[in-house]
Amino acid sequence: MERILLKGGRILDPSMEMDATGDLLIEDGLISAVGQGIKADGAVEVDVSGLWVCPGLVDLHVHLREPGEEYKETIESGTRAAAAGGFTSVACMPNTRPPNDNAGITRFIVERAREAGHCRVFPVACITKGQGGEELTEFADLLNAGAVAFSDDGLPVRDAGVMRMAMEYAAGLNTLLITHSEEPALSSGGCMNEGRMSTLLGLKGIPAAAEVIAIYRDVALAELTGCRLHVAHVSTAGGVEVVRRAKERGVAVTAETAPHYFSLTEEAVAGYNTSAKMNPPLRTEEDRLAVIQGLQDGTIDVIATDHAPHSVLEKDCAFEVAANGIVGLETALPLTLELCRNRDIEPLRAVELLSTAPARILGIQGGSLSPGSAADVVVIDPGEEFTLSSDKLFSKGKNSPFLGVRLQGRAVLTILSGRPAHDPLGMLDKD
Amino acid sequence: MEGAEEMKHILGMTHLAKEEIESLLDSASSFKEILLRPIKKVPTLRGRTVVHLFFEPSTRTKLSFELAAKRLSADTVSISSSMSSLVKGETLVDTARNVEAMKPDVVVMRHGHSGACHLLARHIGCSVINAGDGINEHPSQALLDMFTVLEHKGRIEGLKIAIVGDIAHSRVAHSDIIGFTRLGATVTVAGPGTFFPCCIEELGALRATSVEEALEGADVVMALRIQRERQGRALVPSFREYAAAYGINMERLRLAKPDAIVMHPGPINRGVEMSPDVADCGRSVILDQVTNGVAVRMALLAHVLAGADKE
Ligand SMILES: [Zn+2]
Repeated sequence: MERILLKGGRILDPSMEMDATGDLLIEDGLISAVGQGIKADGAVEVDVSGLWVCPGLVDLHVHLREPGEEYKETIESGTRAAAAGGFTSVACMPNTRPPNDNAGITRFIVERAREAGHCRVFPVACITKGQGGEELTEFADLLNAGAVAFSDDGLPVRDAGVMRMAMEYAAGLNTLLITHSEEPALSSGGCMNEGRMSTLLGLKGIPAAAEVIAIYRDVALAELTGCRLHVAHVSTAGGVEVVRRAKERGVAVTAETAPHYFSLTEEAVAGYNTSAKMNPPLRTEEDRLAVIQGLQDGTIDVIATDHAPHSVLEKDCAFEVAANGIVGLETALPLTLELCRNRDIEPLRAVELLSTAPARILGIQGGSLSPGSAADVVVIDPGEEFTLSSDKLFSKGKNSPFLGVRLQGRAVLTILSGRPAHDPLGMLDKD
Repeated sequence: MEGAEEMKHILGMTHLAKEEIESLLDSASSFKEILLRPIKKVPTLRGRTVVHLFFEPSTRTKLSFELAAKRLSADTVSISSSMSSLVKGETLVDTARNVEAMKPDVVVMRHGHSGACHLLARHIGCSVINAGDGINEHPSQALLDMFTVLEHKGRIEGLKIAIVGDIAHSRVAHSDIIGFTRLGATVTVAGPGTFFPCCIEELGALRATSVEEALEGADVVMALRIQRERQGRALVPSFREYAAAYGINMERLRLAKPDAIVMHPGPINRGVEMSPDVADCGRSVILDQVTNGVAVRMALLAHVLAGADKE
């Protein structure tokens, strides 16, 4: 399949500020032309009228669980889920077993992803050895092996001195630090947002202040060191505000949120629903609205899934002991499109949040349909409605609070380097 | 496990409507009459099996439930945490399946995790009664507290109930607040700032700024057992300070109505949350609470099995 012509779609590409009906031509794995009335003899022509044609989605925050917890997810199953969700690139967090704190594991992940071939995988390596929060990993060696950023995601770096050192070292290598901002002295023992619902359910809460304080600390250290900092999964109004003020001061900080933080609130925990347990926890309606505001005004740069597959072993148990996290790769797109339907954001902004911005922040290819780019493309049917069911998920993890929920908007074709990575309708089948 | 949806459970006061609470209190009073007879046994639950599954140490609640089941002629099995394999890594869901194999009609469970009874109820094909889950609820204790108040005051509606102590970590307080307010009482809570959960008003309680304010004009004064440490952290500087600043003593008790009754879910730290003279005074109904526990638990067991036909 050398040439593919996608005809008559709504082309949405924030990198070219393009939102127009047109055609897209793919040749030899690259995008060769975008515009109106493109002719290409011998190309596989696909009529995509009524559909959106966007740069393949980029997820800055996933957990693929391999090596070590293959019963929850493998690189193969996780990247297959990514392709089904419209993603052509994902950055995977290092809290595997063992953690990705050395070049050997980074290379293993890159190699496994290449074998699977569903989606590009960019490893994020540990900031500290074994995520222990003490000794820095070999950043330069890890970068050479294919790491694109550093994070101890899942565990905050407790010691501000260690975090400062990591930022100084990262700044010297001009690489990105991703912070899971949480003050453990305030969050430890907590299993949901501290507020109305935690009191009603008799569960120990995690106050919003645990996130706000930690983001403030990390932003202050970024300001001190000049390190590029990316704040993972912002969930609170206070956290959004800290990032907003930092950006106003010109600090090199970017931020992400996850679809559940703008789609759900702590109310979802009712009935001790472990599929609504994650860290940071679901917050209040006020926080949810502040997150949406952050997406609108540019304070939050990225929507990332924090895809965190778990098996029933970790989830079919008492809420307090259940594992944190939900799967997200196959629901991020419809949940983000819900923001468009509610007129909270424009479609072009949605594509920026899900593709162009994360690619730019990670410094990887992707996020653009400009001619010459790799042909990582997603065709979206924004109107398709479906009910999420666990047997339809490609991810091994079925831990989603959206199971049984009617969702709208889906990737109907995901193209990776000019080849179909997800083509449920057989749009690219020859003949 | 068909029909599990219609299975009657008692998971918490929060799930009980006003009418349901009233009918439980009514039937507890009939059962109390039985307990005062020379032959204290009725055949209500003959042929039924009640499993007591206790993952946390408990003497009074467990004994009270066991006695209640025996008075109703049920067969009983008790599994306590030392015997249970949960500690050895068996999950609660596995335990539920194993217990289910005993074909029980009711499982009475105490567990250290909030919501554990909800989980059990989802996985087992019989009724579940919560005998205390984490810091969430302890409905049978709340019902016996309400029953005791009703016996002494003749009503609950319109009463002023003062609860002093660690509200945040007390499942008894949690259930009491919900139950008493649902029946129309006003519940005022007091204690040090570290003893309050966020948004206490969501439960329906008023928060007083001092013990004195809470006790002023109260019909019922309840002190909770205080534990100085929670998760390794001292929530109060010392018992000495607590007793002086928040303990219920005779002087403070004088602020309540002259006929106010004094309650405590036990066991008491004498001289800390309650001075010995208050605990032993004529207005203390603490021992009535223990007796009434059996009657209330008989009512609960009979309630969850009422109408449930054995297949
Ligand atoms: Zn995280």
